[in-house]
Amino acid sequence: MLHLMDPINSALRRVPAWLLYPLGALPVAWLFWAGIRGDLGVDPVKAIEHWLGLWGLWLLIATLAITPLQRHAGLRLVRFRRAIGLLGFYYIAAHLAVWLVLDVQIPAQIWGDILKRPYITIGMVAFVLMIPLALTSNNWALRRLGGERWRRLHRLTYLVVPLGAVHFVMVVKGWQVEPFYYLAAILGLLALRLRPGRMLRSRSAART
Amino acid sequence: RAGLSAKPSQYSTVEEPTSYEAVTTYNNFYEFGTGKDDPARNAHMLTTEGWQVQIDGLVDKPGTWTMDDVLAGTTLEERIYRFRCVEAWSMVVPWVGFELADLLNRVGVQPSAKYVAFETALRPEEMPGVRTRVLDWPYVEGLRLDEAMNPLTIMATGVYDEPMPNQNGAPIRLVVPWKYGFKSIKSIVRITLTEDEPPTSWNKANGREYGFYSNVNPEVSHPRWSQATEREVGGGLLAKRKPTLMFNGYGQEVASLYDGMDLAKYY
Repeated sequence: MLHLMDPINSALRRVPAWLLYPLGALPVAWLFWAGIRGDLGVDPVKAIEHWLGLWGLWLLIATLAITPLQRHAGLRLVRFRRAIGLLGFYYIAAHLAVWLVLDVQIPAQIWGDILKRPYITIGMVAFVLMIPLALTSNNWALRRLGGERWRRLHRLTYLVVPLGAVHFVMVVKGWQVEPFYYLAAILGLLALRLRPGRMLRSRSAART
Repeated sequence: RAGLSAKPSQYSTVEEPTSYEAVTTYNNFYEFGTGKDDPARNAHMLTTEGWQVQIDGLVDKPGTWTMDDVLAGTTLEERIYRFRCVEAWSMVVPWVGFELADLLNRVGVQPSAKYVAFETALRPEEMPGVRTRVLDWPYVEGLRLDEAMNPLTIMATGVYDEPMPNQNGAPIRLVVPWKYGFKSIKSIVRITLTEDEPPTSWNKANGREYGFYSNVNPEVSHPRWSQATEREVGGGLLAKRKPTLMFNGYGQEVASLYDGMDLAKYY
């Protein structure tokens, strides 16, 4: 397995991580352009809102997949994780902005919706929890916090991403399968991180 | 277009109808998928030739009706109605149809009947959406008899003066313009007059969110979103929300049906 990944990994080493930012901006630009042109069907606001939310969720799920892919398949993508995570944050921020500005439109109703509607409350909580992660996704913050504190903070991802999927499960009408696939994938990716042996060892180490 | 030569009606709104494209490509018809564009993509699989509607229960002349039987002797009218979805979007749709009361009078409603139950076709081989249990199939709906007999309540067999596209509920569907869209059940195969309130699909799926009445009411929120305003489909990227009207603006015709009822309780 490792031998198989070697050429891929060495090719990936030559790809600069910053390239992901302009690449990640392209779908968003295309989405708004298509909406203006009328290519997104008769309700472009909902379409843009939905695609931004869905692509944001995909990117966040991708960040969770990077460690298991390295550990179990030998694929080294850690260099790209920051860019993928930040892009996920930007997509979700854009999703939220479209909801506020183009969909709900009425400021008084927005606040009421955030407080009263559990799926919006959960979505907002997940977004707010992402803000410190986005703000500390740079080398300066990493140095200031120190590796251990930075890692502990960024474990919030394990909460944020499932909350995003729960938000999706709750927003659809009836029991639709698609959001459950994402929730299951996320829980699977989180389960791959659990290493019972190591957890027991670190717990007994903490006790001594 | 075919041209059903439907007669204009005093019940039509003067508002500008939503585009034909929007009316026929933006649909909720979960039997063909939960995406708004799924019905337009998948509903061609539905065969409407030889369609039959069973009418039974507390009626004088129960039986199975072909579409020719159903349409014999009726005068098709164009009814341009506001259409308000429970998801807080709206359209203006030029339906073609006839009053449900006309059909019910032909079959003879017995005095003990108090409700009308409706059922949509369930054909797994033609309806890819029913493979997943988003809802408890077949889709069922119901009205109180006085609601069903109201002149605004129609059986629609067309839109835009042409036969009903499959994705809009061909060949025959209900349209109840003062209620949320899901009450206007599509592709009907059975109508049953009953004494007791019949079960309805969305109420069975989530009774807290979808009541039996489901009258358009800006003051009663859906638990997950406000019903105070709506976005008119087809208005483009910058369409402004507009206030939702009580009974979708049909209060003059239907408010008296609910005299003395607490509409926050009977939502």
